[in-house]
Amino acid sequence: MSDLSAFNPPPFDPTAPLTPSGNLRRRQFVSRMVVGGATTAAAAAVAVLGVVTYTVIHHGAGALSVGFLIHDPPQYGGPGGGIASAIVGSAIIVGLGAIIAVPLGVLCALYLVEFAGPRSRPGQVLQLAIDMMQGLPTIVVGLFILGLVVLPEHADSGFAASLTLALIMLPLIARTTQEVLRTVPQGLRDASDALGVDRWRAVLTVILPSAASGILTGTILAIARAAGETAPVLVVDGTFANKTTIDMFGHAVPNLPVLVWELIEQPTSSGLQRAWGAALVLLTLILIANIGARVLLARNRKRMGM
Amino acid sequence: MSIQTTPVQTATDRRRVQFEGSLGDRIMRALCIGGSLIVGLALIDVVYQIVSGARPAISKLGLGFLVHTAWAPNLKHFGALPMLYGTGVVSAMALIIAVPVSLAIAIYLSMFAPKVVRAVVGPLVELLAAIPSVIVGFFGIIVLAPLIQKIEPGLHSALGFTGIFGSGQTTGLSIFTAGLLVTVMVIPIIASLSRDLFLSVPRELKDGAEALGATQWEVIRGVVFPTTFSGVSAAVMLGLGRALGEAIAVASVIGGGETISKSLFQPGNTLAARITIEIQYIENNLQRSALFYLAVILLAMSLTVNLLARAVARRYDVHRAVV
Amino acid sequence: MTPEFLDPATEPLKLAGTDPDLPPRVRLSPIQEQPTVAPMARQAGLDHSATRQVVFDIRDMSVFYGEKKALDHVTMPIYRNVVTAVIGPSGCGKSTFIRSLNRMNDSIVGFRVGGQVLYHGHDVYARATNRVEVRRRIGMVFQKPNPFPKSIYDNIAWAPRNLGMKGNMDERVERALRNAAIWDEVKDRLKTSALALSGGQQQRLCIARSIAVEPDVLLLDEPASALDPIATASIEELLHRLKSRYTIVIVTHNMQQAARVADRTAFFSLDPIDRVGTLVEYASTDTIFSHPADTRTRDYVTGRFG
Repeated sequence: MSDLSAFNPPPFDPTAPLTPSGNLRRRQFVSRMVVGGATTAAAAAVAVLGVVTYTVIHHGAGALSVGFLIHDPPQYGGPGGGIASAIVGSAIIVGLGAIIAVPLGVLCALYLVEFAGPRSRPGQVLQLAIDMMQGLPTIVVGLFILGLVVLPEHADSGFAASLTLALIMLPLIARTTQEVLRTVPQGLRDASDALGVDRWRAVLTVILPSAASGILTGTILAIARAAGETAPVLVVDGTFANKTTIDMFGHAVPNLPVLVWELIEQPTSSGLQRAWGAALVLLTLILIANIGARVLLARNRKRMGM
Repeated sequence: MSIQTTPVQTATDRRRVQFEGSLGDRIMRALCIGGSLIVGLALIDVVYQIVSGARPAISKLGLGFLVHTAWAPNLKHFGALPMLYGTGVVSAMALIIAVPVSLAIAIYLSMFAPKVVRAVVGPLVELLAAIPSVIVGFFGIIVLAPLIQKIEPGLHSALGFTGIFGSGQTTGLSIFTAGLLVTVMVIPIIASLSRDLFLSVPRELKDGAEALGATQWEVIRGVVFPTTFSGVSAAVMLGLGRALGEAIAVASVIGGGETISKSLFQPGNTLAARITIEIQYIENNLQRSALFYLAVILLAMSLTVNLLARAVARRYDVHRAVV
Repeated sequence: MTPEFLDPATEPLKLAGTDPDLPPRVRLSPIQEQPTVAPMARQAGLDHSATRQVVFDIRDMSVFYGEKKALDHVTMPIYRNVVTAVIGPSGCGKSTFIRSLNRMNDSIVGFRVGGQVLYHGHDVYARATNRVEVRRRIGMVFQKPNPFPKSIYDNIAWAPRNLGMKGNMDERVERALRNAAIWDEVKDRLKTSALALSGGQQQRLCIARSIAVEPDVLLLDEPASALDPIATASIEELLHRLKSRYTIVIVTHNMQQAARVADRTAFFSLDPIDRVGTLVEYASTDTIFSHPADTRTRDYVTGRFG
């Protein structure tokens, strides 16, 4: 048995030039292959984004015009017309959805951050509930509202769509609000406590305002997400007429994603052309919202020194 | 978007008993609790509604629903098997392709990309997730499906012996096409979360490995991957959840098939896609209930995957609001 | 500066300025020399620059981080099988210096080296030099113990496996752990996680890990600064043993430690005006501590500042 407390000399010649010795050449070849593969994958992802975006722009640009944006589709189908009704409709249902989701989401986040500690039972349950809600397939959310609202009322409605979208947006808003509230320095809370200020006043006048930009960002991103949802809205708000309308209770309201879907189904070339146009409008709005929100987020982070 | 790993200590950590607060405080607390209760109740109601909507079908069709293949509303025959098969295959295909590709992207962005590239490509990958499914589906019908139709005969002649490459002809509307679309939608989720996880590996660990004369790949394989394994697993599960629930993009290109076939290039269907399409053409109540039954299955799968992701993630907070 | 060597194998270092309250240095029994290692300074002469092999020939080395100069024109030879300590006040560039010897600073943005770092006559920063090969020959132990989240066995075996080192892995692991003076403590739990070890044990594990690949040089960047005195003493003992086989360079902010372990000491300081690190004096440890040539050195070692 060799003496295992004696040293071995180096298995290489230390005075040799600093070029790969032993199996290093092969190992570095493998490593370079991996790096190459990783770079290719990233390039491919960007390429896919580019291809999809380009396709939409290329096909949709032909349909775009001012008229396209401000006119309604023809009353009873057929060529021509625009998508104004869908744009307005989307804005309405998403807007109402946000009005429902934001207060609820912020309240939940406030509860989790300000009242429930990390180990509190109700807090953990609520956190679980929000996570589960975030993981719900959107079609299931649509069916929920179908059963809850649409079937009893025997009618699709824009309001049902708003409720659906609110449920989809809520966990996202709760999450981002939570993250933002967590970054508000504890010192702010301590200082206002030390000054004898009521907690609710501190929340309203100090904590929420400092979190406002983050909450806004989260809301914009949630709205962008909701604006593109098709399946659940199709289920509860699919049978809309081609007029701009704001009557959403009891009536179906047109909206962009479902309009795109329905136009795809139409085998006419003009229908397809309008589908591309609508898709382009939808994609543009969503990408602008996303990019804007991320810019806001980045600026916010820089300001907070993160 | 960073992963939260340590929550800031909040007031309640330090002062547990303190709410003999003012009226304003108590009102605020009540409002917060109220809002939370609404949310909790909504979630419970979702489950309740789906289950009760399915109940007629469950009682009439029983568990046989899961193994039957015929779907004939007028004859009141309903079978979920083709949809289960389709969901399984599409999700599996998406994960098989998406996981290595996403990890590669994440490695690139976290370890090799120059700072400028990282700042540009990172958000671009995240933006990929923001494309609405209907547009992805549209792209699939117009661009991808014809492309698949064109190359399928080639694939069939080369690899047809495996059986999954079909009969040498396809409309392009198939499980394969749907799988590709879902892959594209899942990649940004896994890639972004993984990138953040890889960035969070402490510099010292990587330094320690490099100081032992290890190549970049060895550092990744020996230190980065093992350290982030549970977080990446959770991210993959979240991607799986997304794949399971994807409805409209899949519905656009999967062809609405009713049968199970070995070839990937035949039409098929998934749970979510079927529900979405068919719910608009209800002929009778049992049919609607059967669709709710499909939703029950889908819901159960999603919740399970989500809970698993949570359990696996442990110290990583992967349930980010935004990908 | 004439290099003067004390023969560390036979003479304890008696130094002025050593803190009498510290526990006395433990005398090790004479180390069995390995026939393959160049005999230690058996010649008790004074001028050994001809007999002692130069491992690092650092000529006019400057280090820049972008526009900022961190180290200014360092020139010093580092000799084989000698413990060379690098001391100086915080921020004087000691870490930068040692990390530049095995290219561990390469990933820092804007890092640039002027002058030459010659390792056995080969330029470490030449274009043809393979960085991974450099690190294979010149290992490093860091300030904060950084064991991999693997078992103790796998921590040691990982790099040798990569390198394709032949021979019995169990023996190799045992040899490394024995030579790092930690074998007895861990021999029964080699398959348990390395993270369960105490700080001192983890650091000895990291040393074992580094010597398992049988490098030529061992660089230690403040290896004991995160450890308690007992763990520190065990690391210092190790170094005496290891230097018969390895060339050791150790950065320490603890003067007494340098006095205890090092044969030669380099004193770096920060130029107060342009905030650039410079090598002030480099001599045998005895010289630095008992009769330093430069006033700055004298001020530092007698504790007049920093």
